[in-house]
Amino acid sequence: MTTLLITQIVLTLVVFQGLLLSAAAMVWVERRLAALLQQRLGPIRVGWQGLLQPFADVIKLMFKEELRPGSADPLLFALAPIISATAAFAAFAVVPFGASTTFFGLLDKPLLLQVADVNVAVLVIFAIASMGVYGIVLAGWSSNSKYSLLGGLRSSAQMISYELSYGLALASVLLIGNSMSLTELVNGQAGVWFGFIPKWFVFLQPLGFFIFMTAGIAETNRAPFDFPEAEQELVAGYHTEYSSMSFAMFFLAEYINMVTVSAVATDLYLGGWHGPFLPESLGWIWFLIKVGAILFFYVWMRWTLPRYRYDQLMAFGWKVLLPLSMINLLVTAAGVLYFGL
Amino acid sequence: MVTLNHYLILSAILFAIGTAGVFVRRNLITILLSIEIMLNAVNLTFVAFGRALGSADGQIIVFFVMTVAAAEAAVGLAIVISLFRHKESLNPDSFASLKW
Amino acid sequence: MGSEALAFYAFGAVAIAASLLVIAQRNPIYSVLLLIASFGALSGLYVLLDAPFVAVIQIIVYAGAIMVLFLFVVMLLNAPHEETEYDERVHPLLRPGPMRFGACLALVLAIELWWALARGVDTGAFPGGAVTSVAVIGRSLFTDYAFAFEVTSILILVAMVGAVVLARRDDPRERRKPGER
Repeated sequence: MTTLLITQIVLTLVVFQGLLLSAAAMVWVERRLAALLQQRLGPIRVGWQGLLQPFADVIKLMFKEELRPGSADPLLFALAPIISATAAFAAFAVVPFGASTTFFGLLDKPLLLQVADVNVAVLVIFAIASMGVYGIVLAGWSSNSKYSLLGGLRSSAQMISYELSYGLALASVLLIGNSMSLTELVNGQAGVWFGFIPKWFVFLQPLGFFIFMTAGIAETNRAPFDFPEAEQELVAGYHTEYSSMSFAMFFLAEYINMVTVSAVATDLYLGGWHGPFLPESLGWIWFLIKVGAILFFYVWMRWTLPRYRYDQLMAFGWKVLLPLSMINLLVTAAGVLYFGL
Repeated sequence: MVTLNHYLILSAILFAIGTAGVFVRRNLITILLSIEIMLNAVNLTFVAFGRALGSADGQIIVFFVMTVAAAEAAVGLAIVISLFRHKESLNPDSFASLKW
Repeated sequence: MGSEALAFYAFGAVAIAASLLVIAQRNPIYSVLLLIASFGALSGLYVLLDAPFVAVIQIIVYAGAIMVLFLFVVMLLNAPHEETEYDERVHPLLRPGPMRFGACLALVLAIELWWALARGVDTGAFPGGAVTSVAVIGRSLFTDYAFAFEVTSILILVAMVGAVVLARRDDPRERRKPGER
């Protein structure tokens, strides 16, 4: 019991640290990749190849002055970044990232590489994602500045609109996997068809994967859907008035949300930790590779595509993505009924 | 030991708070929020009874109540918006012109 | 006191305190946020009642959708403070009309509650065998309650159309062009 408790606590701390580090790594990757795509160098001075740049950034942010506009609502202004960061961290708690392992016999019982195994994990992720919108809305409202307010209003409308497609794409996967537990969904993707095609849900749900990724990018407010912080129109959107560590918390939340969406997409569509060549106990390496690939795609998208116009975004969400995801759900349901998958 | 009684009492307290809110407050949005408190108190009763009877019906009815609450909030807030456009006020007493 | 009882009292206290503050707040945006806290506590209570599905749905539907709608409207109208007229300053029991009635009603409810508390039968502990499976709930929802389910879907559709019609500006000439303020 005590060993299990200790390992559980250690696992939680490891995941927490891992998320922090992944955010730091993403900052570096994003800046270097952006530089690569724009034929410049990017940060290379701090540490080898600029690897220590994120830490320099964090130290700089910590020592900056914490500013608050005089007409801002003090309580909500302080609360908003905390809500954002907490929701971002909390969502990862139910995401499994590896098969259960004993760490080469170190533990007497196999440990599931997941902070909390909930049997409605998919819904929990959806619920926490829907709480994340409050951080942004409150930041926008409490700053009492027109750019912030517009950014907050835009983001709440955007996130609510794309949450529908996000949820419907999830529902189609649940139908195929016949479970709401992410671990069971991943285990349903083990094995291969015809000896060479991995049994990933992305091959059964190509449209679903597209919808999920599009809605996921919109949910995390990344380009080409980064309206809440569209620089040319809104300065910095909802976090215009934030500085120092409160700003850092929004920044952190954005990157952690990206990691979470990528991890969930990997678990739902790309077979999680299943892959060739590696034993099951080292599956987390495959998991990291797949998450890394999706994150690379995220950054690539940002620096390649121009931003949509706001009315285009809403029209796309309601008139294209939502009908598509409904059709996808209906076809999936009919297929599951007919073939009895 | 937490029994069904505990949940029923909690739910009754919440319902009383919601009722008081509807009558005492003079702000349309707060009144709608108080209605949500009352609906939630009822939901708690349904789930608690469902648990005590070992049946799924309590949870299913909560599902329906939530659907109705969502519809009510959407229509209610639309009415609030159109009322606010007429009088620039959220006080229900300023919409008394049909009384006489 | 067991951990379950401790959790019950903690969640119950949060729910009651937050609900009380909802109706005591002057600023509707704080009311909305406190109500979300109250819903979070209720969601915890549903977990204690072995209903994880309802607990998660509570967060998704109430906190994630309905309350965002409220917040959106509060921000849109931007009328944060209630008008403080004379009747806001006097005790609720002394206010005219429906307010006095409401205060009396709340008082009667409190008395009834006390009465019920004094006479409550001990219901004992909850029996085992709670329905936690989403599959069971879903099956029941789409078989026994299929008609009610379809009716609610029509209700939602009607509400959606109604909300659009109500919130739209009536006169097309009054409609502002986008970007104009």
